[in-house]
Amino acid sequence: MKARTSSSSLATRGSFHCAWLVFCAAALALAATLPAEAQEAARDPAYRAFPLIGSRLAVWAVAQLHLNFAAFILGVPIFALIIEIIGWRTGEPRYDWLSHEFVKLTFAAFSTTALLGAALLFLFVGYYPRFWTYMTSIFFPTYWVYALLFFAETFTVYLWYYGWDWLAGPRKWIHVGLGVLSNLFGTAILFVANSWVTFMISPGGVDESGALKGSVWGAINNFTWMPINIHRLIANIVFGGTIAAAYAAFRFLAAKTDEERARYDWMGYIGNFVALAAFIVLPFAGYWLGREIYAFNQTMGITMMGGFMSWLWIIQAILIGILFLGSNYYLWLGMERIPGSERYRKYVPPMLIVLTLGFMVWATPRSLVLTLDEARAMGGTHHPLLGVLGVMSAKNTVVNLMILTTFLSFVLYRRANRVSTRGWVGTGMAVQWAAFGVAAAIVVFYGVYGYFVESIVRIGFSVYQVLAVLAAIVLVMAIDIPMFRGARSTGRIRWGTIAPRSQYVLILLAVTFTWLMGLMGFARSGIRQHWHVYGILRDTSPEAVTPALGYAANVITVVTIVFFALVMFIFWLGGLGEKGRTATHGHAPAPMLAGGSDADA
Amino acid sequence: MSFLRSRFFQAVVVLVVSFVVLRWGIRPPAPWSVIQLYMFVVLMAVLIYVSADSDSWRAFVRPIRSTLVDPDRRHVRGAFLVALPLLLGYYAYTQAAARPQAPPELRAVHPAPPASIRFRGKEINISGVDNPLRKDGAALRKHVAAGAATYVRNCMYCHGDNLDGKGHFASGFNPPPANFQDPGTIAMLQEAYLFWRIAKGAPGLPKESTPWNSVMPAWEDRLTEEQIWQVILYLYDATGQQPRRWETAH
Repeated sequence: MKARTSSSSLATRGSFHCAWLVFCAAALALAATLPAEAQEAARDPAYRAFPLIGSRLAVWAVAQLHLNFAAFILGVPIFALIIEIIGWRTGEPRYDWLSHEFVKLTFAAFSTTALLGAALLFLFVGYYPRFWTYMTSIFFPTYWVYALLFFAETFTVYLWYYGWDWLAGPRKWIHVGLGVLSNLFGTAILFVANSWVTFMISPGGVDESGALKGSVWGAINNFTWMPINIHRLIANIVFGGTIAAAYAAFRFLAAKTDEERARYDWMGYIGNFVALAAFIVLPFAGYWLGREIYAFNQTMGITMMGGFMSWLWIIQAILIGILFLGSNYYLWLGMERIPGSERYRKYVPPMLIVLTLGFMVWATPRSLVLTLDEARAMGGTHHPLLGVLGVMSAKNTVVNLMILTTFLSFVLYRRANRVSTRGWVGTGMAVQWAAFGVAAAIVVFYGVYGYFVESIVRIGFSVYQVLAVLAAIVLVMAIDIPMFRGARSTGRIRWGTIAPRSQYVLILLAVTFTWLMGLMGFARSGIRQHWHVYGILRDTSPEAVTPALGYAANVITVVTIVFFALVMFIFWLGGLGEKGRTATHGHAPAPMLAGGSDADA
Repeated sequence: MSFLRSRFFQAVVVLVVSFVVLRWGIRPPAPWSVIQLYMFVVLMAVLIYVSADSDSWRAFVRPIRSTLVDPDRRHVRGAFLVALPLLLGYYAYTQAAARPQAPPELRAVHPAPPASIRFRGKEINISGVDNPLRKDGAALRKHVAAGAATYVRNCMYCHGDNLDGKGHFASGFNPPPANFQDPGTIAMLQEAYLFWRIAKGAPGLPKESTPWNSVMPAWEDRLTEEQIWQVILYLYDATGQQPRRWETAH
């Protein structure tokens, strides 16, 4: 045994020495290139070349990592606050525990976000000095606002986290107020940073030479600022929910006791619920952003949707299809731990068929990849049937139907172990089904009608489709809540008994959404093509080429892997402090959920 | 007939039927790239269906597990051991073997237009511009007729007398000439976009659309600005399509 330990130790030391040698070699290579970089920098102050991988890739990777972490730390506190308020108002300590768990995750990622932000700033200042000088000439006043907000956000979150026990009981309202303030500061930070990035896409408030015409507000309030604010705000909640759910899944799979398994099963469910609830409205915000890009510049819109990026949207459709299928699958698996849910199993196949057909239509490309023989057989580059499915009318229709189906899944899950005792339950159910039916009919009607009107009219139809779906959701829930209040229970939810594969689904959803964020970030930056600031400041560096989709996919994949490696490391670090004192430390005890809890989770 | 109730058998049937429908049920045949995409979605859906509850999952896995471990299935196992590598080898061969045709490719059908172009030394805006001939309502029919004449003299040989992309030379071109009757072509575009495409042709295509992969001539050397706008009027008039309007800022 000793010999084995010794050889293992030697192997570890050998590995360590190898790693050290690799690190030294990399450091030497870096040092060797630096004088050349410095000379180059002296010649051309507009750009400097980042060693080995190039400036663009360095900025891309750090920006994507920074945005991933920033989205997490801005998204999670929003629903952590809501959960804390639920716990405060209902008096159920498990919600308070869960909210604290979520904020703990945020807290661990806070400094990493700041470090990556600083690294991004250094990269801009060092490697894109002309670009940064120009951005500073426009946005300098906002830098101060950003810094002050960051201070305010940091101190408020610290107070919120560390004051959890101190501000409990009758002072809970102060604690909740701190949570509200944290979110307000966080959202304001997001809006300020968004003004910079959206100015690069759709510059406003400047003349043709790029000089500021009036106040900085004209540059901040550019065409895409508010759509991206809304889109990112919602997407951050989805992202935060998926990462928190993945964390819970990881803890579930590593759990040693039933109690721990039950707790993290519940946490994963809540994380996924939050992500799903926000995800349902995300396509609407994305569609608004797309319209604003078209309204700002049609060329940019066509580049994005019909030009070289057209296949990016097919990849996006596949990823979102996976998110829809995965979220529903998780709910269906979750129903197994709910006694009484057997009644609703018969709805799974039809819902799956709707989701599958919707997925297929959404992923149908407009620009087909085809051989000459296939083109000849089709009589052109457009397929008479697939061409019909490849346009926005079809895609808007199916995405709305998929949202309705996902909502139906949730409604069935919600009532899985309840039997309403209201006298008007029959009427209520009928109205609910009618609401689903009417919404689906409106969606299909405008989807079909869209083929018979010109494009600009068709675009407006999407608003009616969205409103029909949202109205159905509101109406169904307005009936459902009173209908199942005080309902007879068919059994308690057996938290922790869900099939382990459901937890891999939660992890898959987090990875898919992170990858999707990277892809959308590439789309947002790529539509500027060879411009730093579209139409104002041209990218004259040797890297002023929009990368191919395959290359972008590789970069996004690598950065996503790095992100999850960092997240695991940070969560592991965060967990170290908890080891050995979980039972005695904390604002609220970990809830006992094994064996069941009430259905109203 | 108990195997008909087997989850595994049902899954295989759904996959096979889906493939048959997609491969032979769609006419004209869908490109292979789309069928692969669809089958990926169907496969995911089937896996979700069989694993959406524990009983179903156990029933699905049972024959697979039995084939892998049961002693009395040794011969079946052996058959798979031979068949699967052969199938994979055949697939690898079909992917790697040289074929007498160009490989499938992705081509941006509607590349992004420039904001403006130089037409015979004159700067013409593409972004935000409508057909100037539409302003002259009284002479509209005259312009359409002139456009028809220009079309017949110059465009018909490729784009066809029915404007459906089936002209005399069409079968010799890859990609085939645009079919204007298809609601996915000119109805999706503003008239200025058509002006750019007609004036600059394939040589003026951006890189994303591979300029060398189209035989559309640059008509700016042969047609006047007015003739091009007239042809555009004719295209929309003859097909009954409406040009896309420019979106207004809001």
